[in-house]
Amino acid sequence: MRRVVVTGLGTINPLGNTVETSWNSLINSNSGISKINKFEVDDFPCKIAGSIDDSKINDDIVNSREQRKIDRFITLGLIAADEAIKDSGFVSENESSFRYGVMVGSGIGGLDTIYRNSSILDNKGIRKISPFFIPSSLINLLSGHISIKYNLKGPNSSPVTACATGTHAIGDSFTIIKNNKADLMVCGGAEAAICPLGISGFSAARALCDTFNENPENGSRPWDRDRSGFVMGEGAGVLVLEEYEHAKKRNAKIYGEVKGYGMSGDAFHITKPSEDGNGGFRAMEMALRESNLNAEEIEYVNAHGTSTQVGDMIELSAVEKLFELNSNLFMSSNKSAIGHLLGAAGAVEAVFSFKSLETKTLPPTLNLDNPSTNTSINLIPHEAISKSVSNIISNSFGFGGTNASIIIGD
Amino acid sequence: MSDIEERVKKIVVEHLGVEEAKIQSDSKFIDDLGADSLDTVELVMAFEEEFGCEIPDDAAEKIVTLKDAVTYLTANSN
Repeated sequence: MRRVVVTGLGTINPLGNTVETSWNSLINSNSGISKINKFEVDDFPCKIAGSIDDSKINDDIVNSREQRKIDRFITLGLIAADEAIKDSGFVSENESSFRYGVMVGSGIGGLDTIYRNSSILDNKGIRKISPFFIPSSLINLLSGHISIKYNLKGPNSSPVTACATGTHAIGDSFTIIKNNKADLMVCGGAEAAICPLGISGFSAARALCDTFNENPENGSRPWDRDRSGFVMGEGAGVLVLEEYEHAKKRNAKIYGEVKGYGMSGDAFHITKPSEDGNGGFRAMEMALRESNLNAEEIEYVNAHGTSTQVGDMIELSAVEKLFELNSNLFMSSNKSAIGHLLGAAGAVEAVFSFKSLETKTLPPTLNLDNPSTNTSINLIPHEAISKSVSNIISNSFGFGGTNASIIIGD
Repeated sequence: MSDIEERVKKIVVEHLGVEEAKIQSDSKFIDDLGADSLDTVELVMAFEEEFGCEIPDDAAEKIVTLKDAVTYLTANSN
């Protein structure tokens, strides 16, 4: 059976523009959440987000002229992809490039670009629409750009499953390599929806935190009594997945293995997760089955944990049910520090999960002052914990009742 | 260099990211200056904006060098 390992990691997120800087910031309990200052938010119920300062965007990777022709989510994705591919030391040679693919998705894609061009159409007319409007905002163009830049001619696609996108991209890539359709996949997710239309849309759906505008760093607080919705973040996470023998042959550094992947649908509601947590439960169970591990062998859950009233408790109860025999289970939410990166969330959280394996450190859940329920699971409040773990499950659940879980291990 | 030529050159420098010294009046946007077909559409839009005119598609297709642009705009701009 073909095994799938991870040989490269890359990210840009509200805590930093590399894996190393953002991971160190995460385990030191820093928050990447701040007041939105790029546009006027006086009328917005939510005025906070996990934004990336423009000065952190490396023009050497994507020059400013190129940036004008692509939406911000593509720029962020290209930056994370560049780090991951360089980290892997992999160079695609022509004779085998069809064995190397790309699957980097986005939840929403070029929302701000669509908004701006829509305004141009209304105010200035059709002749002022840029020829780059469509290619700069289409979600799969990120995978397209990565394939062109790094000569990757294998499978090329982009999942679009809202907040589960990043995890689906990794899981689908894992499946592609396992089924011998590729030897290497550059995969993950990117998102840049902190724009007037993005914030107002999620506000209208009553999904965003609106009670911590004066204390942005305290806004994202999964499982805490005072949570009031998620805080939006932006960024990208990209991983290089590779067939084990292929990686070994080129002496690549191996971070760990992808062992199992599960997915499911709630068939319940357009924005709410099913109340019994059955969808998330089945995704985790399917991943566990493929991994051939026992539930007791999972030591840490990198949770979806978005800081919404309903979602947090549903995930917790599903985890409690599946891992009821694990007496020493740890679980935390990276979103407490970086916010919810929507389609990039699962990918950035997978990057951090591989860092947990490597550095034997489990990141904290910030702002968990008063857990709203009792649980035997250690939710790692406030500060990171030094602990060596062998197997981690990472969850992502999205609007539309789409659920994805991956199991990674050493 | 005419005023029109100078303004056209400035737009080409900005949009194609090429050094001004490398632009000759007969340099082709696509073959010599690294533009792709979408870049040329955007260039024509930028000329329209700068010179306050509308360049019809059949005329735009014939603008492939700096000189073509200057000639057209000299004859047609307001």
